[in-house]
Amino acid sequence: MEQVGSRALDAGVSPRERARFAVRRTVNLAMAGLVGLAALIGVAVLLFILGYVLVQGWQALSPAFFSQSAQPLDFDAKGQPIAGSGGGVLMSILGSLLILGLAALISIPLGLLAGMYLSEFGRGKFAFLVRYVADVMTGIPSIVTGVFVWSLVVITTGHFSAWAGALALSIIMVPIITRTVEEILRLVPNALREASYALGVPQWRTIVSVVLPSAASGVITGIVLAVARAGGETAPLLLTVLGNEAINWNPNQPTDALPLRIYDYATQPYAVRIEQAWGASFILIMVILVFSLLTRIATKGKKVG
Amino acid sequence: MDNTQVKEAPTQDPSTEGYNTPVATGGKSMEIRNLKAYYGSYLAVSDVNMEIQPNKVTALIGPSGCGKSTLIRCLNRMHEVTPGAPRVEGEVLLDGQNIYAPNADPVKVRRLIGMVFQKPNPFPTMSISENVLAGIKLNSGRLSHTQAAEIVEQSLHRAALWDEVKDKLGKSGASLSGGQQQRLCIARTIAVNPEVILMDEPCSALDPIATLKIEELIEELKAQYTIVIVTHNMQQASRASDFTAFMLAQDGPGHLVEFGPTQQIFTRPTQKRTEDYITGRFG
Repeated sequence: MEQVGSRALDAGVSPRERARFAVRRTVNLAMAGLVGLAALIGVAVLLFILGYVLVQGWQALSPAFFSQSAQPLDFDAKGQPIAGSGGGVLMSILGSLLILGLAALISIPLGLLAGMYLSEFGRGKFAFLVRYVADVMTGIPSIVTGVFVWSLVVITTGHFSAWAGALALSIIMVPIITRTVEEILRLVPNALREASYALGVPQWRTIVSVVLPSAASGVITGIVLAVARAGGETAPLLLTVLGNEAINWNPNQPTDALPLRIYDYATQPYAVRIEQAWGASFILIMVILVFSLLTRIATKGKKVG
Repeated sequence: MDNTQVKEAPTQDPSTEGYNTPVATGGKSMEIRNLKAYYGSYLAVSDVNMEIQPNKVTALIGPSGCGKSTLIRCLNRMHEVTPGAPRVEGEVLLDGQNIYAPNADPVKVRRLIGMVFQKPNPFPTMSISENVLAGIKLNSGRLSHTQAAEIVEQSLHRAALWDEVKDKLGKSGASLSGGQQQRLCIARTIAVNPEVILMDEPCSALDPIATLKIEELIEELKAQYTIVIVTHNMQQASRASDFTAFMLAQDGPGHLVEFGPTQQIFTRPTQKRTEDYITGRFG
């Protein structure tokens, strides 16, 4: 190593050094391949699920499947259900949107504010408690949430309703939103808060107009994740909204939802119904995909910090 | 809330039509009396007494950890938003009025005493002109388009940045170079029309040419504002300031060792420790 300056890069390199270089290059390539493979497997699983669901359910995906509510099956002379009969899942799509909409209405403001509290003010014991409870709540099995809301709302009001379902989903969504918002807001550099304070901007205005916009894309991702998670929940809905064969816009009435419909149809003995369950599954996945894609496009280019 | 304790600059209230009159309010004097700054029970700066002359540049110098940044943050009540249970004792007078009086609103104080930070920190979600207007807009001030355009142009002119950015006012502030970003931050501070501008090592993240530009800018700004600058660059203090305060935190909390006209501090310091530091014997 004594004559580094004058030495040409390849001159005087011992075979031993050359061999080590080759090994290093091979290991590097192998590792890069491994990482790429892992990513590929991750994406492939999603594509496989999508493809499989589509293959299983494509026969059910007729225009009527989207535009009609559930109908009784028609049977032929031999007592077999006729393909294409049985109506559609419009009431489930609309019901899911209603329940998710109500749940978002409850949980987004609550989660956002709680997250802002934890990130901007949360120092003492109370904040620790909130954080701890939120973490524990994320881990509560959703069926327990369902039972809880069932006994608290369904029993006391005497009927199943979209409100009860929205409440159950909110219990799942609020802690997710709270913790994501907190983590994302913490990523916003303190220098920005100080810059704002130094201009004589009050703290609340700093949070609303400087901190939150700087973290917009992350906050929205957190909300989308929570909505997507709640959108696929079945157990809490089973005990709260019950299901409905017809379109229902009244939040005080039993309502249908895609996961419920999938569960119901998938356990029926008729091939036509099972196919419809696959079709509904495909719709559910697409609804969530399109939803997250739209929010991603809407928040494109906005970065944290 | 009663804010009579801190005098309003004539053009401070966004509801009045003061913003299009470019008359500077002029710098105000400041006086620090028996100031002590704590983090929890830890005393970081002890018993500072010092007078800051209006329309002059006062430099705070000293080795790292001597409390000069803590001190300057006490001058516009930014110390109390620092993490670590911050606390201040003593008085800081702006034009004779104590900014730590019980009914002095820290938010109002910071509108009168602006601050420029070590690392340029333009708001990344805002354009260049939005950055300049941020202080007014976020204080719920309403501006007509012409008023806004005037303030943007005037502030950027005063920050010596106008010619470089006049064709891209709509672009993100983050697209500028480090030196330009720092001048944008100065323009943003000027736009709210403060009486004093505090600068916490404003050039330490900049290259020599950008540093020179900021120093020239400081020289121009002191006609309209009182300026306090923290620097660990002694050449900068001797070039850019009228008064110099030397701080040290040896054997205890940070304290003021010597304060006087810059020329005197750099040529005939009365304290041995000042001389040692200035001649590079330690620090």
